Amino acid sequence: MSGGVGASARRPDGPAKVAGTFPYAGDLRVPGMLHGRTLRCPHPRARIRRVDTATARQLPGVAAVVTAADVPGVATYGLIIADQPVFAATEARYAGEPVAAVAAVDARTARRALAAIEVDYEPLPPHTDPALALAPDTPRLHPAGNLYREIDVRHGDPDRDGPVVIEDHYVVGMQDQAFLAPEAALITPAADGGVDLRVATQWLHSDREQLAACLALPEDLVRLTLAGVGGAFGGREDITLQIHGALLARAAGAPVRIAYDRVESFLGHPHRHPARMWFRHTATRAGDLVSVQARLVLDGGAYASSSPAVLANAVTHAAGPYRVPHARLHGVVVRTNNPPCGAMRGFGVPQVTIGHEAQLDRLADAVGLDPVELRVRNAICPGDILPTGQVMGGPLPARELIQLVAARPLPPSPTAGPAGPTGLTLPGGLPAAADPSRVRRGVGYALAYKNLLFSEGMDDSSVARVRLDLAADGTPRASIHSACAEVGQGFVAIAEQIARTELGVDQVVLRPADTAIGSAGSTSASRQTWMSGGAVRGACVAVADRLLARVARTAGLPARVVEAPGASLRITAGRIVGAEAGLRLTLADALAAGPVEAEFTFHHRRTTALDAAGQGDPHVAFAAAAHRAVVDVDLDLGLVRVVSMALAQDCGTVLNPLALRGQVEGGTAQGLGLAVMEELVTDGGRVTNPTFHDYLLPTAADVPDLDFVAVTEPQPEAPYGVKGVGEAPTCTATPAIVAAIRAAVGRDLRRVPVRPQDLVDLENPVDLPGAPGGDPPA
Amino acid sequence: MSGGETYRLHVDGFPRTVSGAWIGDSLLTVLRDALGVTAVKDACEQGRCGACSVLLDGRLAASCTVLAADADGARVVTVAGLGTVGLARAVRATFLAEGAVQCGFCTPGFVVAVTDLLTRRPDADADELREALAGNICRCTGYGRIIAAVQAVQRDRAVQRDRDAR
Ligand code: FES
Ligand code: FES
Repeated sequence: MSGGVGASARRPDGPAKVAGTFPYAGDLRVPGMLHGRTLRCPHPRARIRRVDTATARQLPGVAAVVTAADVPGVATYGLIIADQPVFAATEARYAGEPVAAVAAVDARTARRALAAIEVDYEPLPPHTDPALALAPDTPRLHPAGNLYREIDVRHGDPDRDGPVVIEDHYVVGMQDQAFLAPEAALITPAADGGVDLRVATQWLHSDREQLAACLALPEDLVRLTLAGVGGAFGGREDITLQIHGALLARAAGAPVRIAYDRVESFLGHPHRHPARMWFRHTATRAGDLVSVQARLVLDGGAYASSSPAVLANAVTHAAGPYRVPHARLHGVVVRTNNPPCGAMRGFGVPQVTIGHEAQLDRLADAVGLDPVELRVRNAICPGDILPTGQVMGGPLPARELIQLVAARPLPPSPTAGPAGPTGLTLPGGLPAAADPSRVRRGVGYALAYKNLLFSEGMDDSSVARVRLDLAADGTPRASIHSACAEVGQGFVAIAEQIARTELGVDQVVLRPADTAIGSAGSTSASRQTWMSGGAVRGACVAVADRLLARVARTAGLPARVVEAPGASLRITAGRIVGAEAGLRLTLADALAAGPVEAEFTFHHRRTTALDAAGQGDPHVAFAAAAHRAVVDVDLDLGLVRVVSMALAQDCGTVLNPLALRGQVEGGTAQGLGLAVMEELVTDGGRVTNPTFHDYLLPTAADVPDLDFVAVTEPQPEAPYGVKGVGEAPTCTATPAIVAAIRAAVGRDLRRVPVRPQDLVDLENPVDLPGAPGGDPPA
Repeated sequence: MSGGETYRLHVDGFPRTVSGAWIGDSLLTVLRDALGVTAVKDACEQGRCGACSVLLDGRLAASCTVLAADADGARVVTVAGLGTVGLARAVRATFLAEGAVQCGFCTPGFVVAVTDLLTRRPDADADELREALAGNICRCTGYGRIIAAVQAVQRDRAVQRDRDAR
């Protein structure tokens, strides 16, 4: 048996992916299918006086047109709070909000049908400034009001001050998940009155629950199967086209393919919350933190999505992985007429990390310490008390990580080497290589921690079923059934590895993820390896137990062995061995008596909600990471080249080294994007750059090799001691790069992403809109 | 509503005729929607991501930026037509071995682009590889394992060349 836990096992979906035959949601086609498209409101805020679909319905080739009037069940949906209309009925609250959808014989006819729908809008003044969302003269933008959530964490004596004070404002722009495969689904009405969806999503059962409510169907008539998913990063946690497509398919009585192009993808799913943050750190002259105050305003946009949970993460992580005796951490997430924001890798933590790490660097400067030394001095340790009152469980090697990353060798200086830099390695690259004498290098560090799994008392779980039988050729085979959404992260390999290790078989097959089994929860919050990995392991252990009990019974072993067979018998490399009982037989022989099957539900430890003072035990566990970034900046054009990235990360037990590497490299690249190029820009609520032409993503030329060190202390209570690994490096990459740019150019850079205009001497330097260093937001 | 254009393409070695196409259809649209060649991916339709990469008469092209009308009579090679031997096979194998595939949506385009690059510039150094592959976006991997895979192909082929030379 090879390819078990700890091996760099290959992905089972890999061969189809390199051959181009792996079926993504957008590749699915069936004969007679219709093409669905969505009509979106062009105004950030508008009253809808009338929607007239009569002309569109009469176009030849149009099979169905649906609007708010055609939603049979609940008119709204949402991950946490159902506040988002399936279609805007009387008021649209963001530019891009769906108003109607059509299904037609081909895509072109569907487009023409959209153009034929008449909507009488009365544009209203949009409210797009999150700082004003709660102002008395701002109207309620939704019956539920403009405040999604407010959290106030008070720890120690919030009025206590140290002698050294650092206080400032920071702004983070809106990042998009930009998963590569745009949203798509193939949806078929079923003869039993139900509906079948093949869809790219992160969370099949949450989709089902929301679909069933809006379609007014019992959940068992809404069946979902995961179609090939081309990336997610949080952007597929919310419903997008699922309900629209199901309404169309049911109205037309025919299968509907509904899919977005890139522009619609940018408009269709929630983004990372833009943030405005004020921090006040105080410390002793020796550099020991005394207090942290933070005030956060997150822009949730027009609908709630996962905003309440994102805010909890942002506020509870706002002081960073540091020992802080006194803290007051306050945050609000508010409704505006901007695009909705929700889950993206890091989930509220990347924003606050940008703030607290900038503060730490300035504090280091103020007390005359090296940035690494200051972090080492203040890093949190297991047993320390967090601002929520939660005791830091272990392990959390924050101090070790920052030391490890600081000890990595630095890249050669920009002018070193016989030939000096070539255009390719200078800021600007081939098209705009910098003048080497005008390049400045900087080095920056960041340390962060990120919670793992769902927080605040949620009893989250994952179900898996495992069956052990004989394949047609007589060899033992394990089949795994889980609704865990494989979005690229590699659960499919991990699940197979677990079954090989626990059941000693080579052959493992994974059934498609669908709603025929119980929920595996969301592929988010760094939770699937732990939660669904735990479920697969639990089911495997139960299968092994059942099989061994049957073997013991058949062999006439004593009752105590039959009752607890694992104590005397074990499965190893295709055999069942019981030394004490003198028993040895092949797994194949044992399975000749029939297959064995078991289902297991995995729960993590219970956490608690936050009380009115923001106190509780909200997070299951944490993982930490530290990045060091080295950048070169072209002083003339303000272009940045990230020269090298080093990462030390707290990974728990490593189940698959190659997959781990892929996660941390990908997470680093997304953090790099937020540091220097990725921003979805809005103007009066309208997204101005919803294309890959204008929303820039890091390419191979932008992302350097990652020098990566894993710290692998096992996490107690987690299966095999794992930790989730995908999110922590996204939190630290951005602030490390921004710190390196600050070091190179000597500017404060309080706004992320850092743009060229923030770095060169324009007549009107753009840094932070508003009042840097001014009053904290109310 | 469709148009009345007819295009004759050679896709992955087979003659394919598209009729009823619109004059403005891109090669990508025709491949995916008219011919069902879904090995070519659509991610931006602006020439910015390389997911739709094909070889057009032997040259690397983003099929979303080519009019099907202009590809009339041309030889189009997708990832599926690169063959299962030689360089393309090595590229696919190292992509798997080195962990260069996560969601895989960029992979067909990368396999085409990498095969083309290594045909033209077998000994390109890391900086050149990164610059040359900057037309292909991968959102999952951060490129580290993709570059590692390309370099593994280069190493294997250098060993092979040495062996052949002896
Ligand atoms: S789809 Fe053609 S380059 Fe992106
Ligand atoms: S593997 Fe997902 S985009 Fe490259």
